[in-house]
Amino acid sequence: MDSIVNILLPLWEWLPEYLQIFLWNLGKILLIMLPLMGAVAYVTLLERKVIGFMQVRIGPNRVGPKGLLQPIADALKLMFKEIIIPTNANKFLFLSAPMLSIGPALAAWAVIPFNGELVLADLNAGLLYILALTSMGVYGVLIAGWASNSKYALLGALRSAAQVVAYEIAMGFALVGVLMAGGSLNLGDIIAKQAGGFSNWFIIPLLPLFFVYFISGVAETNRAPFDVAEGESEIVAGFHVDYSGMAFAVFFLAEYANIIMISALTSLLFWGGWLSPFGDIGGILGNGFHWFLLKTVFFIFVFLWLRATFPRYRYDQIMRLGWKVFIPVTIVWLFVEAVMFVMQVGPWGA
Amino acid sequence: MLENYLPVLIFICIGLITGAAMVVMGGFMLAPRRPDPAKNSPYECGFEAFEDARLKFDVRYYLVAILFIIFDLEIAFLFPWAIVLEDIGVFGVVAMGIFLGILVIGFIYEWKKGALEWE
Repeated sequence: MDSIVNILLPLWEWLPEYLQIFLWNLGKILLIMLPLMGAVAYVTLLERKVIGFMQVRIGPNRVGPKGLLQPIADALKLMFKEIIIPTNANKFLFLSAPMLSIGPALAAWAVIPFNGELVLADLNAGLLYILALTSMGVYGVLIAGWASNSKYALLGALRSAAQVVAYEIAMGFALVGVLMAGGSLNLGDIIAKQAGGFSNWFIIPLLPLFFVYFISGVAETNRAPFDVAEGESEIVAGFHVDYSGMAFAVFFLAEYANIIMISALTSLLFWGGWLSPFGDIGGILGNGFHWFLLKTVFFIFVFLWLRATFPRYRYDQIMRLGWKVFIPVTIVWLFVEAVMFVMQVGPWGA
Repeated sequence: MLENYLPVLIFICIGLITGAAMVVMGGFMLAPRRPDPAKNSPYECGFEAFEDARLKFDVRYYLVAILFIIFDLEIAFLFPWAIVLEDIGVFGVVAMGIFLGILVIGFIYEWKKGALEWE
């Protein structure tokens, strides 16, 4: 161990400073990204298992003990599968669309605080950055649908774009509610404002906004029951119908990274993130990363639960829910919050 | 202050490179590549593609996009307001109430006009 350090340390100091900074950041990024990729792989297994058990099946159980190696087998299969580029497709856009969906889905993790100190970039505009990057995801879908030059893909892309855009408004309003209570765009400050046990979490004053935010999140990620963009039974997988092999896998990864992202954000913004429900009492029940993990896994489970439980919405119902239910609810709740602020109750109380 | 944004920039680049690397490695190095005209035709349930896929689409998608711009701008105005809420106090709340009120009137108008209907 000592000898390795003795060799590496002079080598490190020999590097120019900008390279040191770059490598240091690269290491931290990989420390976020690799566990995230692993989590994505195992969320796919979890999804199949959970849905299996909810439908009284066992789910995948052949590859490895209890099917635990299934995601690795899937990844290998996709890696060795040909990427078919349709004749009429716009090649450059066709191949850049998967990149455009995974790039933002991963990069949004830069500002997530994992516990009190652990955050890659402690931006003052953290929430704004997340909102900006999660909005970028729709470009991947839109470009994929258009570049494939297939009717199903175009229909899927149009549906998805209109849906994402509609729910983004409801989501944005819900975030405004969180900002009013939190008083900062910095995610760490928003958490700090919720310190002191369950009764201080934003879920209590912002309950309707929590539901709007989470359901909008499900719609934003094009997940069941809002998955008309894929709609296997009508438009045969929608925007990525002409994608195969790794190009398809990248879309798949981005979708699951976004699911984990929405779950993490829901727990950060409404459920106190890494804060313990009992206040800072120290020990295993005190604040820490494990609470954040626990809450995030729970919301991931809710995503899968929704998929196993609800039939797909019709498109007009989705648009009606977004425009005519969620937006009015959030606007009304912003007024309620303004009244709470003037009366100095809830998060604004002494 | 600004050096906080460096990791973000690196992360965005890494994210894009990861996507590109996976497609290039998986698709063009490991995977076979045997194009043939039938396989490369756009998927249309076994039929030959009838016409170009970039067909005319419903104008309501366009309408949704326009409505989105209005509301998203509104949210962009609300963000800074929500942050300084404690400093501007009741006056700020009333001012934003009037602004939101006007937008709500617009929202009711487009609702009554049927811009939000999909049948």
